[in-house]
Amino acid sequence: MRTNDPSPGQASAAPALFHSRGPISAALLGMLPHPLEQADGLAVLAQHVDAAIAATPDILHDDDLQLSLFVLYGLNYGSVVAADDDWEWNPGLIAIRGAIERAFEAALRERVPAVPLPPANREAVAEALFELTKPSTGPSLSKYVARQATDEQLHELVIQRSVYTLKEADPHSWGIPRLYGRAKAAMMEIQADEYGGGNATRMHSAIYAGLMRLLGLDDRYGAYVNQVPAITLTSLNMSSMFGLNRRLRGAVCGHLAAFEMTSAIPSRYYGNGFRRLGYGEDVTWYYDEHVEADSVHEQIAGRDLAGSLAEDEPQLLPDILFGANACLTIDGWAGDHILASWEAGRSSLRVPLAPAERVSA
Amino acid sequence: MDAPGHEVPPLHPLIVACTDGPLLVRGDVELVAADGEPIERTRKVVALCRCGASTIKPYCDGTHKLTGFTTGPEH
Repeated sequence: MRTNDPSPGQASAAPALFHSRGPISAALLGMLPHPLEQADGLAVLAQHVDAAIAATPDILHDDDLQLSLFVLYGLNYGSVVAADDDWEWNPGLIAIRGAIERAFEAALRERVPAVPLPPANREAVAEALFELTKPSTGPSLSKYVARQATDEQLHELVIQRSVYTLKEADPHSWGIPRLYGRAKAAMMEIQADEYGGGNATRMHSAIYAGLMRLLGLDDRYGAYVNQVPAITLTSLNMSSMFGLNRRLRGAVCGHLAAFEMTSAIPSRYYGNGFRRLGYGEDVTWYYDEHVEADSVHEQIAGRDLAGSLAEDEPQLLPDILFGANACLTIDGWAGDHILASWEAGRSSLRVPLAPAERVSA
Repeated sequence: MDAPGHEVPPLHPLIVACTDGPLLVRGDVELVAADGEPIERTRKVVALCRCGASTIKPYCDGTHKLTGFTTGPEH
């Protein structure tokens, strides 16, 4: 059996195991470690998935369905779940993934507020995206971190964000071959920088893994999946779905633009939180890097990526704005959950972190 | 407006004056301090502060978005 091992250079040593959150994820996690030849039961599973989709009150917060989608996308990413590699393109699993994606996308289109459309030209699209993403003056997770988060809360933040950040840039990179011309060049210019500009030690996911080790946390991918709530998985699943479906290439570009436009200033605040508690530049490197990098990326993403795409494929303009506001909405909910938990004196984690789960630095 | 870098060789220096934002510098440009010492540059494209409020000058840190900095219609 071939295993879905991490690629060279990735921090993780072995796929982490995590628990199911309901019948669908339990069936998938039970099935995937076995060779494809044992794929009986997929038709029954598909029926259960349809029933779960029909029954869920809110797929955007559904632990079982979001974990299942996370596991299915994990077959494409690798190093998420122990699995026979042949499962990646199994038609039965692709059909199940498609069924969950259709319901997921429909829920996003219903719940993400519509944004007025600018004219389909570079400057107007960049201006509209900067307006949509402009810093709020109200309370925010990053301001809380800068001013009053405890050391334990900083560890929680790093755990919550690790689900995406240990794969930083990967979801959007699925979009690269789905673009052409100016938008593709702009996406490449941003992503090359995300991946360290040819230097593996500067790769953002590698800098984050180093941060986790410095904090005494486990940097293997998926080590903390058990701890994070559905909305954290929803956030990553959304960008994976946008990247992996060509018809959603407008949304993946809008998502990346909004993500970059809401990163530099919060990153400075997160770094300030660590500095306030006495951590040094080795720990704040990840955040300091994003203050500088994302001030560049947001300009490229606004004009050269989203703006050029809108000019070259104007029919994608609504999805560019949809992807941007979906990023703000879902990541906003994920951030609000953490902030509300802390303000109520609770952990934001689904399962509190046991002391044994912190490995020594 | 044509795409930046569209009609020039990849390493030809190009500076984009971003509306209400930084100067985006692409290509083979040497960045030095007033005393001639090179300024550390770790990425291919850099954004130079032009609002004056960045905490990491000469690079942009996005603070222009908090101060209401505008470049006006003529950039």
